[in-house]
Amino acid sequence: MKTLLRPALTLFALLTVLTGVVYPLAVTGIGQLLFPQAANGSIVMVNGKAVGSALIGQQFSSPGYFWGRASATGPQPYNAAASSGSNLGPLNPALTDAVQARITALKAADPGNEQPVPIDLVTASASGLDPDISLAAADYQVTRVARNRGLAVGQVQSLIHQHAIHSWLGFLGEPHVNVLELNLALDTVHAAQFK
Amino acid sequence: MTTQSWLLLAAFLGVLFATVKPLGLYITKLMEAPHWRPQLRLETGIFRICGIHDEMNWRQYALAVLMFSVVGVLMVYALQRLQLWLPLNPQQMPNVTPDSSFNTAISFVTNTNWQGYGGETTMSYLTQMLALAVQNFLSAATGIAVAFALIRGFARHSMQTIGNFWADLYRITAYLLLPLSFVFALVLVSQGVIQNFSAYQQVTTLEPTIYETPKLDTAGQTVKDATGAVVTATISVPTQTLPMGPIASQEAIKMLGTNGGGFLNANSTHPFENPSALTNFLQMLTIFLIPAGLVYAFGRATGDTRQGWAVLAAMTVIFVGAAIAAMMFEQQGNPLLAKLGADQAVSALQSGGNMEGKETRFGIGASGLFATITTAASCGAVNGMHDSFTPLGGLVPLWMMQLGEVVFGGVGSGLYGMLLYAIMAVFVAGLMIGRTPEYLGKKIEAFDMKMVAVGILMTPALVLLGTAIAVMAGGGTATIFNPGVHGFSEVLYAFSSAANNNGSAFAGLGANTPFYNGWLGVAMWFGRFAVIVPVLAIAGSLATKKRLAHGPGTMPTHGPMFVGLLIGTVLLVGALTYVPALALGPAVEHLILWAGN
Repeated sequence: MKTLLRPALTLFALLTVLTGVVYPLAVTGIGQLLFPQAANGSIVMVNGKAVGSALIGQQFSSPGYFWGRASATGPQPYNAAASSGSNLGPLNPALTDAVQARITALKAADPGNEQPVPIDLVTASASGLDPDISLAAADYQVTRVARNRGLAVGQVQSLIHQHAIHSWLGFLGEPHVNVLELNLALDTVHAAQFK
Repeated sequence: MTTQSWLLLAAFLGVLFATVKPLGLYITKLMEAPHWRPQLRLETGIFRICGIHDEMNWRQYALAVLMFSVVGVLMVYALQRLQLWLPLNPQQMPNVTPDSSFNTAISFVTNTNWQGYGGETTMSYLTQMLALAVQNFLSAATGIAVAFALIRGFARHSMQTIGNFWADLYRITAYLLLPLSFVFALVLVSQGVIQNFSAYQQVTTLEPTIYETPKLDTAGQTVKDATGAVVTATISVPTQTLPMGPIASQEAIKMLGTNGGGFLNANSTHPFENPSALTNFLQMLTIFLIPAGLVYAFGRATGDTRQGWAVLAAMTVIFVGAAIAAMMFEQQGNPLLAKLGADQAVSALQSGGNMEGKETRFGIGASGLFATITTAASCGAVNGMHDSFTPLGGLVPLWMMQLGEVVFGGVGSGLYGMLLYAIMAVFVAGLMIGRTPEYLGKKIEAFDMKMVAVGILMTPALVLLGTAIAVMAGGGTATIFNPGVHGFSEVLYAFSSAANNNGSAFAGLGANTPFYNGWLGVAMWFGRFAVIVPVLAIAGSLATKKRLAHGPGTMPTHGPMFVGLLIGTVLLVGALTYVPALALGPAVEHLILWAGN
């Protein structure tokens, strides 16, 4: 027993220091040196002020902005300090009710838009912090955003094209656009046109 | 299934198989002392200080594993209970409750990484790195060490010993897990996974977040109006609080060690853990990397690489079938949402399919594939919420765990679990033709078969008894989230995940209660060590036997016939054990969902 206890304790201590102290500190040191922007949360600055992270979604609800995925975090949506999905099962009536409510809200904000509603726009993301929407979901919102911004539909569409990300080599990644990035670009175009 | 999903699966397997031989050769060398002089000298010095000497017989080896794991449990428990008074806690996280600390300690030491808590709201940075991440390394190394011992059992003859646990543990951690994790962690940082020790950062969002919340009176009760409806207040929040922390270093070993415990509550769905399609691909790859390499090492060390490839072939066939099923059913979407007018068809502009609980950047293909990989292995990281999968899409991860996670499986545990099935397969074949079964020249005798039976039957017993107790007990049903049969699936999933040391969840189930923290803790402990001890007993027994030469009556165990037999054995045991329970959950749910559609 004693011959086992000594290595159990000493080796545990040694490996704890190696994997629990030296290793994370080394990764932090080199990560901060080589990739400071990424290591610190890919923070987006506008006029010297932090307005969010390029990787973390935000809640958008005014009709002049592109809206993102639904978020199931609590108590408020897009609460980045408490990530969570809805965990609603496919048969749960709460799921159908929530999707119905989102479709109704989208249609109310954009009467006359008869296109089918892209599924990602009316379902909650896994993290509750999804920064992206599909290109279909962006296209669906073009007329509403253009009308509320006083911009031409073509102008808004070309913004989507500029920021769209397609799959790489046909298998890696899905067609999507970052909502915060798109909305910031929208603000810039809008400000230039109406200054 | 979409073209993109087929291509993704093909690319994944292509890259994985390119790594098998080189990594397998490297792992084979780790079973012996290093040849490079300075490395050997450093190692010898460390072993002298730690009192590491001789080879062990299987009882000593097993005792060392258990003792080391108990030390780990005590450490993880203590750090959680004391974190408020310890450094690196910028958010002032309070000490974790006793039942949750107990559950988490067992969870991380058994390589399960089941999480009843949410990381960013519960754990200090110190607890994450010094308790949880350390166990990510050590529990993984323990699993690989046990696999080494079993491989030695096959490779050796007429010997009493099966290696030295401490030496194995050290070499696996220092020469395999640490270097791989270090490189992978830096790749992750470069892609956006954060790595810092800052306090959570507040940013002013473009728009304030406006939401309704139930109004509370001074006693903390919800206020109701005359009609009995809950009165709500409108709240506007102008900021967003971003979590911070040393995530990348933990994320790397979380995947490489098939641990799966996320730094953040949402695990690998969270953009700070898994920011892009590329990191997602690498995360999937790193789950299978070591399990696949180990199978090659098994063949190599026992002197016939074809034996390794045969086992790998059996794993791959089951895996591909499961992955196709998961991707297909998720792509099918939810007929109830189609009725509401939601467009779930795949196009050049969207992935379509069942997007509830999935991330846009991963879509359907990469989410279905990830779910299959993480449960085929004992990883348990998730990049989508399994609870919101379609009934049959969710059945795939559930059943992959229930097969005992022998399809690639956990690091070490996948190989030794599959070898139990291989022994079972030759035993069944031996019965059919009336010969004493042999595997790799070792006669399989009564003692070995008893241990195989214990090892294979332990987890189904824990899963089915645990689920039965939970659905009959008030404490078990109180925190079920989804109504109807899906609620039963949540409980079945929880015990399947715990007993098989996976750690993923149908996460709607409220598991941070004394009931689940306690019972799932028990299931995790016995699901791990009540398999490891019989495996080591088999290793010890095999090592003492002679290696018989191939005769004309020996059944070859490297050809397609054996691969088929092995697949059949795994599927048969898995199916016979779990079909009744699966019929009550996902199968019924599927029929209800599609009835009239």
